Amino acid sequence: MEVLDLARWQFGITTVYHFFFVPLTIGLSVLVATMQTAWWRTGDERWLRLTKFFGKLFLINFAMGIATGIVQEFQFGMNWSDYSRFVGDIFGAPLAIEGLLAFFLESTFLGLWIFGWDRLRPGVHLACIWIAAAGTVFSAYFILAANSFMQNPVGYTLNAEKGRAELTDFGAVLTNKVLLATFPHQIVGCFMVAGAFVAGVALWHVMRHPDRDADAFRPAFRLGAAVLLVAGLGTMITGDFQGKVMTEVQPMKMAAAEALYDDASPAPFSILTIGTLDGSEEVFKLEIPKLLSFLGTGSFDGEVRGIDSLQAEYEDRFGPGDYRPNVPVTYWTFRAMITAGGLAMAMGALMLWSTRRGRTPSSRWLLRGAVVLPLLPMAANSFGWIFTEMGRQPWVVFGLMPTASGVSPSTSVAEVATSLATFTLLYGTLAVIEVRLLLRYVKAGLPELEPPADPDDADAPLAFAY
Amino acid sequence: MDLTTFWFILITVLWIGYLVLEGFDFGVGMLMAVLAHDDRERRVLLNTIGPVWDANEVWLLVAGGATFAAFPEWYATLFSGFYLPLLLILVALIVRIIGIEFRSKRPDAAWRRRCDVAIVVGSVVPALLWGVALANIVRGVPIDADGEYVGGLLDLLNPYGLLGGLVTLSIFLVHGAFFVGLKTEGPIRERAISLGLRAGLVAGALLTVFVLWTAGRDDSATVWILGALVVGAFALGLLNALAQRDGWAFAGTAVAIGLLVVTLFAALFPDVMVSSLDPAWSLTTTNASSTDYTLRIMSWVAVAFTPIVLLYQGWSYWVFRRRIGVHHIPG
Repeated sequence: MEVLDLARWQFGITTVYHFFFVPLTIGLSVLVATMQTAWWRTGDERWLRLTKFFGKLFLINFAMGIATGIVQEFQFGMNWSDYSRFVGDIFGAPLAIEGLLAFFLESTFLGLWIFGWDRLRPGVHLACIWIAAAGTVFSAYFILAANSFMQNPVGYTLNAEKGRAELTDFGAVLTNKVLLATFPHQIVGCFMVAGAFVAGVALWHVMRHPDRDADAFRPAFRLGAAVLLVAGLGTMITGDFQGKVMTEVQPMKMAAAEALYDDASPAPFSILTIGTLDGSEEVFKLEIPKLLSFLGTGSFDGEVRGIDSLQAEYEDRFGPGDYRPNVPVTYWTFRAMITAGGLAMAMGALMLWSTRRGRTPSSRWLLRGAVVLPLLPMAANSFGWIFTEMGRQPWVVFGLMPTASGVSPSTSVAEVATSLATFTLLYGTLAVIEVRLLLRYVKAGLPELEPPADPDDADAPLAFAY
Repeated sequence: MDLTTFWFILITVLWIGYLVLEGFDFGVGMLMAVLAHDDRERRVLLNTIGPVWDANEVWLLVAGGATFAAFPEWYATLFSGFYLPLLLILVALIVRIIGIEFRSKRPDAAWRRRCDVAIVVGSVVPALLWGVALANIVRGVPIDADGEYVGGLLDLLNPYGLLGGLVTLSIFLVHGAFFVGLKTEGPIRERAISLGLRAGLVAGALLTVFVLWTAGRDDSATVWILGALVVGAFALGLLNALAQRDGWAFAGTAVAIGLLVVTLFAALFPDVMVSSLDPAWSLTTTNASSTDYTLRIMSWVAVAFTPIVLLYQGWSYWVFRRRIGVHHIPG
């Protein structure tokens, strides 16, 4: 293996792993804030106990997110120094702004929220979790601004003398059409994860311990399931918009998503193909006529470009080379994303139906489904990102810089192999710790409420302590 | 003043913020090994930094992001060149975070012991390596005409670099002890101050040698004066600790760390990475910088938002200003 392959595997592993925690952080911060708001407005202690229960799960997840997050910022420089030199003038700014505007908000106000139960007035304390939640959303916007530049570079000029891209219009970077499509898609994707998480955990409690706090877990389940369904609809609407932008700015990615080799108007939407993995020869295929044309262009007869003609065009534009992404990966991750998301919505709807008018379902399958449910939108998020990043290949910045040119010239195979092995082992160990802790606190159920301490009593125990 | 100089100063400020704040977090983490007698006392130590350590660490992320945005060449050369030390720092920071956050999530003693090891090791390693890294940036490392680091790990383990590491390690320990002195009450507070004073003598000696070495290498009046102020501030911190003035003792070490960063960056300026092979190959604030347009936008963002960050982060310290003792730790 060369440095390039190792560096790509490392980026893939560390980023996919980090991104198990990010969508849940973004979505669950808002849902926990919602639960606390329900308690604040109604005084109903069920919502307070739910806030503390899901708050604890949120924090276990958040800790993993920050622990694995620093690597993200460092490895651009460590493994991708020539990439960093090439795009730093543009790419660095959203990263720095993300830290200054978002990470400080998140970390400071979460600290206040976790430890501040007995130190802040209830309204101020509630505001802290909302501010932290807002911080997570800002963070998504700026990091997606950086990523969108890699998909669709805008607002720059090439400086041949310095061999780098230079920023000419920061407003264009912050209103990149890929960003405007990806940001809403990602945010609703986060809410699917959080909704499915709350719904799955709550339904498991309702079914497994119907005599223990079912009066609290039932509304929590309905809240989670409703969020899952609404957000799921949101991903369909925003995904449709995103598909049209992708067809326009990255037609090769769209063609690879569909394993569409020849230009077609109208183009059918492939549901699945059995044959070769990359769909170039099929034994059996299932497709919906004209749908891809509609998804990609908004017209049932619109033309969708195929891989082969785009490859020919790119050879003219960029010189000889292979401009095709890995088609099996893009084709199947695209399908896996849609399947996992759709399945989560179907299960959410079924579960809502089975709990209508106060019923408590007892099906063993539904109980198993409650355990699987939180994993589905999480998988959909991962598949979506693997699709979007692999679909951009062989470019690191589309049309400007091939991935192979971005890797650090000064790092050795031994160095990258060491760090890849280290992170893989460390992250594997942490996954075991994390899952065990989450299960432990899920099973523990709602905490009992302690009577609030007298705020003027300097000797009272802390409301929360590590 | 041109914008590249402004950003050099701003990055200095971010490193001051990071090392002054996470410096005492590292110190408290190290003290978990030596200062506390039982689980309750270890929890007292941990809870002095509990609400604030995460926001302290964000200073590092912002310093890194700002370097990427303002001086991409500096960011690229530094991070790819100092590969293995940074890998060690990352691993240390990760296990430390897990130790801090998950320690009290399980009651069994074996789990907590493992978390304590993670916290102690995760504090010692970055406290040492940040000093090694900063000292080497100032001293100069093998950088070729393309701005690529061409040395290995051993090039960083020179006497000046290692001394820099011992200096940050020891002054963070003292800084952490005085922070505990300021934030706790009862026997653990007294032990912290006494340990801080004893360690302070060693740290002060190392610091003095390092500052003299730095000033001697650079030999400019500014660096000599700054170096004298570093040692003076640190000595005042120790004297105040001796006089049981907890706040002033902590202020002394905080100012000393801040001024140490200023001294090193002043010795570095106008370079950002010194090449030991040929001075002409050094990265400077001008040849490593972003465009004026990018720097201007970033300046507006920094000027608008840094004061707000300082305000709310300061407020969080105010909210958690009470001293804690073993009786505050819930069962």
